[in-house]
Amino acid sequence: MDLGKDLVAASATPLVLAILAEGDSYGYAIIKRVAKLSAGHLQWTDGMLYPVLHRLERQGLVSMKWGESESGRKRKYYRITKSGRLLLVTQQQQWQVVDETLRGVWIKA
Amino acid sequence: MSNSAERTHLEEQIAHWREYLRRRRAINSPDVAELEDHLRNQVGELSGAGLASDEAFLIAVKRLGSLDSLSLEFAREHTERLWKQLVMPPDADHSRAPGREMLVVLILAAISAAAFKLPALFGVSFGENAEFYARNLSLFVLPVLTGYFAWKRHLGVITCGWLLLAFAAAGLLANVFPFSPGSDTLKLTALHLPIALWLVVGFAYVGGHWFASSGRMNFVRFSGELFIYYVLIALGGGVLTAFTLMMFSAIGIDAGWFAASWLVPCGGLAAVIVGSWLVEAKQSVIENMAPVLTKLFTPLFTLVLLVFLATLFLTGRAIDVQRDVLIAFDLLLALVVGLTLYAASARDAGAPPDIFDKLQLTLVVSALLADVLALAAITARISEFGFTPNRVAALGENLILLVNLAGSAWLYARFVRHRGSFAALEQWQVAYLPAYSVWSALVVAVFPPLFGYR
Repeated sequence: MDLGKDLVAASATPLVLAILAEGDSYGYAIIKRVAKLSAGHLQWTDGMLYPVLHRLERQGLVSMKWGESESGRKRKYYRITKSGRLLLVTQQQQWQVVDETLRGVWIKA
Repeated sequence: MSNSAERTHLEEQIAHWREYLRRRRAINSPDVAELEDHLRNQVGELSGAGLASDEAFLIAVKRLGSLDSLSLEFAREHTERLWKQLVMPPDADHSRAPGREMLVVLILAAISAAAFKLPALFGVSFGENAEFYARNLSLFVLPVLTGYFAWKRHLGVITCGWLLLAFAAAGLLANVFPFSPGSDTLKLTALHLPIALWLVVGFAYVGGHWFASSGRMNFVRFSGELFIYYVLIALGGGVLTAFTLMMFSAIGIDAGWFAASWLVPCGGLAAVIVGSWLVEAKQSVIENMAPVLTKLFTPLFTLVLLVFLATLFLTGRAIDVQRDVLIAFDLLLALVVGLTLYAASARDAGAPPDIFDKLQLTLVVSALLADVLALAAITARISEFGFTPNRVAALGENLILLVNLAGSAWLYARFVRHRGSFAALEQWQVAYLPAYSVWSALVVAVFPPLFGYR
């Protein structure tokens, strides 16, 4: 099942923030995690994650740091900030509202 | 394929991909490093699952998304990268570190600023010997600029010797003649020496290979861009000066002497060096401005000239031969030559003639026509005015520009009618460049004694 572009874009921010709330991570691992969580239904074009991460960094929701991978290459790690966690909480509430509303309509039908 | 051969092949592919990615303006090198880390992870995982490394590479690249949509996404997030290009391209892969070049440039700029203050140490002050400074102004900065290019282009000792000789000769000519104070020949020297010496700068600019292909045209491009940069820097300098004066007058101190004898002259000279460096640094990064201005103004000047000619014929008026009319027409011709030159500098020589070429031809022909009318009016009355040095110099310049434009018109006409190539026109333009400097050198060297230093 392919999700629509708008839905993928809208869910990107809470999804990335939620994954980073579990612990620091880097681009490739985030994408793997998303694929696993959605059982492969949420397929991002890999490259598109990075502009999203850069936007979150500019908005101060995540911070980044250069580190090293297991093989000793340069790797960029991201960490969620305090305001990132605050935004995540509001987003969780908002998505819950959307979720409950849709459920209500669909159960009746 | 053996394992290690496969590895090297993969490294080659990744290096190739990295190069390709770097060319995108919206993606900078930390981004490339981040994406490369991603790519390697993906390739590693796919290879681990049993794929051959080049298959894994292909799939990993495909999953990253097409380069165009990727760079569009990056551009959306980093719009500033599409703007911020100058000062300085960070991954300048020149043999010399950009920081070192900046240091050299700053030192050279300081040298030419200091050179301006040097004569004052020997009692030749700026305020009392304005004529000395007018004659020698170009000698404070152009040798330094030439030195910059000699350094940058690794010129040989013999070439440097010749360049030095040219400046020594210029210095001698500007200073040995017993000019009478306020004389015309002195003003002519002050005006023509820079033009003559600009050719020496050009010789250093092209690395001593004056006749090498495209070298001279590059010098033309450089000159145009430098002019534009200089005007911009001068505007900034004007604001700086105004602020200095204003701030100090607020506390009751007159900083006028500082502005007049330090800030403006020293800054003005140093700006030539800094501007040249900026033009050198940015040449491949930003679109050249001179051709853009040319494209903008060629139609407008053509229109003005055509209306002028039409008015002249319809009203039957004659050109009023005033003292300065020759200079006005010299400037007109110089301007049209400049427009032609910069239009040629940005044109693809292989492209077929288009509407702009026809416009350019119209401009050149109408300028020629206007100038011939002016010359006819002037020659008829030249005996009345007499041959002053100013008039002879202006007349000579007019003839030189006229010959250039006549040749250009002829070659343009051939090109527009598919009888000749644009390359011929370009050749003619660049081959003609030394004529301006040679004539200027003649004015500097021969006019003062010829006209008795008046």
